[in-house]
Amino acid sequence: MNPADSDNRSTSVSATSRTVLTGSDIERVLTRIAHEIIEANKGTKDLVLLGIPTRGYPLAQRLGQRIAAADPTVDLESLVGQLDVTMYRDDLRHGTSRTPSPTRIPAQGLDDQVVVLVDDVLFSGRTIRAALDALADIGRPRTVRLAVLVDRGHRQLPIRADHVGKNLPTALSEKVQVRLAETDQSDGTPITDVVIEGGA
Amino acid sequence: MKHLLSTYDLSRADALRILDVTEEMAAVGTREVKKLPALRGRTVATLFFEDSTRTRISFEAAAKRLSADVINFAAKGSSVSKGESLKDTAQTLEAIGAEAVVIRHGASGAADRLAQTDWISAAVVNAGDGTHEHPTQALLDAFTLRQHWARVHGVDPTGTDLSGMNVVIVGDVLHSRVARSNLWLLNTLGAHVTFVAPPTLLPVGIGNWPCTISYDLDEALATGPDAVMMLRVQAERMNAAYFPSTAEYSRRWGFDDARLSALDERGLEDTIILHPGPMNRGLEISAGAADSPRAVVLQQVSNGVAVRMAVLYLLLSGDH
Repeated sequence: MNPADSDNRSTSVSATSRTVLTGSDIERVLTRIAHEIIEANKGTKDLVLLGIPTRGYPLAQRLGQRIAAADPTVDLESLVGQLDVTMYRDDLRHGTSRTPSPTRIPAQGLDDQVVVLVDDVLFSGRTIRAALDALADIGRPRTVRLAVLVDRGHRQLPIRADHVGKNLPTALSEKVQVRLAETDQSDGTPITDVVIEGGA
Repeated sequence: MKHLLSTYDLSRADALRILDVTEEMAAVGTREVKKLPALRGRTVATLFFEDSTRTRISFEAAAKRLSADVINFAAKGSSVSKGESLKDTAQTLEAIGAEAVVIRHGASGAADRLAQTDWISAAVVNAGDGTHEHPTQALLDAFTLRQHWARVHGVDPTGTDLSGMNVVIVGDVLHSRVARSNLWLLNTLGAHVTFVAPPTLLPVGIGNWPCTISYDLDEALATGPDAVMMLRVQAERMNAAYFPSTAEYSRRWGFDDARLSALDERGLEDTIILHPGPMNRGLEISAGAADSPRAVVLQQVSNGVAVRMAVLYLLLSGDH
């Protein structure tokens, strides 16, 4: 067994884990979502993609690159931003205190824009609830949509995604782990995949 | 982190974490809605046994920007004048619901006393205790210095320290908690500190501190410091003559217009001037220097709010 083999996931995750989306699956899914976003918006006018740290931001960048490829008039700088939701979370009293990440809003602001929030996994919906609160403090978008790579269910709030990479029915005891080359390099080997760990 | 009492025992990692969180808090200050809901429903009490303008309003603004409720307590006009003790005052504030107590006291160690005893369970922030420490002032100075240092080097300040920076701190080191807190913190962050003062205004045992001592301001400025921090001459703490006259102090240790132009002549265009305030214009700093583009005094004040937001956020969020 060669531990440097990037296809061999068992070296970095537990024995009970299984890969549900490989790197190329993610690429395909993001291309589809990028086109869905253009379609839903009837073009790229007034479009802003806001990634939620940590993994939502690189996903928003990847989506932005695809949208820019489909429409060369798009300026990537004014299309993609980052929205930190740490200070808007409802669990700040519990767990360890988190260090907020920077919020970067494109220069044109959010007023009257069509904002697409981008995150890796949609689970309880609490992160998105926090993101909606954070958005309200920064501007007044015309429409807010939600794009996620994986929807694993178990919502605790009335929130649903407009664009979903993969609907993934899970048990509460399972963990969904999204690993991207931008954020989760291990031993210098780029990984891009979605794995499910644990479960009964 | 449960309390913030001094910078002496603040680790490099904790200091950088506070400065990095400050970076994000400062960004909130530039937004239209300068408010975060992070501490909604929490109560912060400011307990001030000594007068203060900027520190108290800075903490109050910080707590309010995080949506906390603030109870302001000033010893003047309170039951302290009827003989109420620190313990009773603090316990009263906690009974009212304070989860963090920001204390300024004339006695060195008052904040430690509040934190180490079982009088109250609230988080304690030292906002200046006697001639001991003033950690949030040192943190806001370090944050201001880091912004400057990163700009000079053209890097993103987040995560960086002050390695290689030369900071000259001038004036009443003996009575200055700001000087002490700054020395420990700047040392932790890798900066080199030089104290410049009349020998009478240096504490006993300063030879063991991790700094260089000089009695001559011009000599210290000739070394080309990256930042000069002027300390306030604390007339209210001086019950004896520490220097012959204010005119002589001003001439030898004041940052006057001549020293300001000397910086220009030496080509030190990146040297900045800090002052913790309130400034005695004409004594330790001339109006020309205080109002020059090198002076970052107001930047320090606005950074103070961001630093205090970061400290209150880190103390009041998460389990302890």
